[in-house]
Amino acid sequence: MAEQHTALAHQFDDLAQQHEASSLGMWAFLLTEIMFFGGLFAGYTVYRTAYAAGFVAGSQHLDILLGTLNTAVLISSSLTMALSVHAAQVGHRQLLTRCLLLTMLLGLVFLSIKGYEYWHKYHEGLVPGVRFNYTGPYPSQVQLFLIFYFVMTGLHALHMVIGLGLLALLAVLAWRGWFSAAYSTPVEIIGLYWHFVDIVWIFLYPLLYLLG
Amino acid sequence: MADVVAPRIYYRVFAILLACTALTWWVSRLHLNSPLGVIVALTIALGKALLVVLFFMHVRYSSRLTWVLVGAGVLWVGHLLLLTMSDYLTRGTVPGW
Repeated sequence: MAEQHTALAHQFDDLAQQHEASSLGMWAFLLTEIMFFGGLFAGYTVYRTAYAAGFVAGSQHLDILLGTLNTAVLISSSLTMALSVHAAQVGHRQLLTRCLLLTMLLGLVFLSIKGYEYWHKYHEGLVPGVRFNYTGPYPSQVQLFLIFYFVMTGLHALHMVIGLGLLALLAVLAWRGWFSAAYSTPVEIIGLYWHFVDIVWIFLYPLLYLLG
Repeated sequence: MADVVAPRIYYRVFAILLACTALTWWVSRLHLNSPLGVIVALTIALGKALLVVLFFMHVRYSSRLTWVLVGAGVLWVGHLLLLTMSDYLTRGTVPGW
């Protein structure tokens, strides 16, 4: 590029180099996130192996239909996020804003369904430490399963909330014409984060809901 | 700049992801024996994750250095699970094993 782009920070030679550095930076952050969730997945694996029957009993208290629906909703939000990246790369401001808002809407639908599930668990008395009056078989193992359920899905939901905030910021910037075909890096970087959150759910869904 | 991926590729990946979700749900209703059911469910999940990483996250079109970072992530989480489980499975220190 002959002329200096305003988005180019002075330590980089050109936008392509800046894009590569930003992308690698996000991937490095995502690696720490993989290990962050990895600890929980490892804990889950250890106790699921030890208390297979109790975890199966606990899993049967989750709503498979809502879990499957939420998986479809989150995969759809990943599609609209990918389409946002495309819209940004071809410099289509209106389409970009629309795709970002649609991604946020799908994220909110996911969180609403999750919230309904939590509310339902509370009414059934299946929230360890808050309201737990489960009387079926393997009570302490079912409690442990539900602790994993709430911590893992809760942490995942927290990531969704942070992602929604980032998407809202992107949508405002997109509407103001911040991005162009030459500069779409922030949309791609936040996109990486959003897809990562989707991947975490891709593993949570079978482990928590389906193995009952 | 990064390669621009055609939307039709995104739509195709999306369709496969939804089909895999339906498949994993359907298989879970068959109530396969414990190890087989877990293996099938996790294989499908791994396949879905791979599609998201390669196409939605553009790794297929990214630099070798990005591949190294993603590979490092898989390697470390693999170590975490493999070493932890090889320890627990061979020592039996958790009650109920």
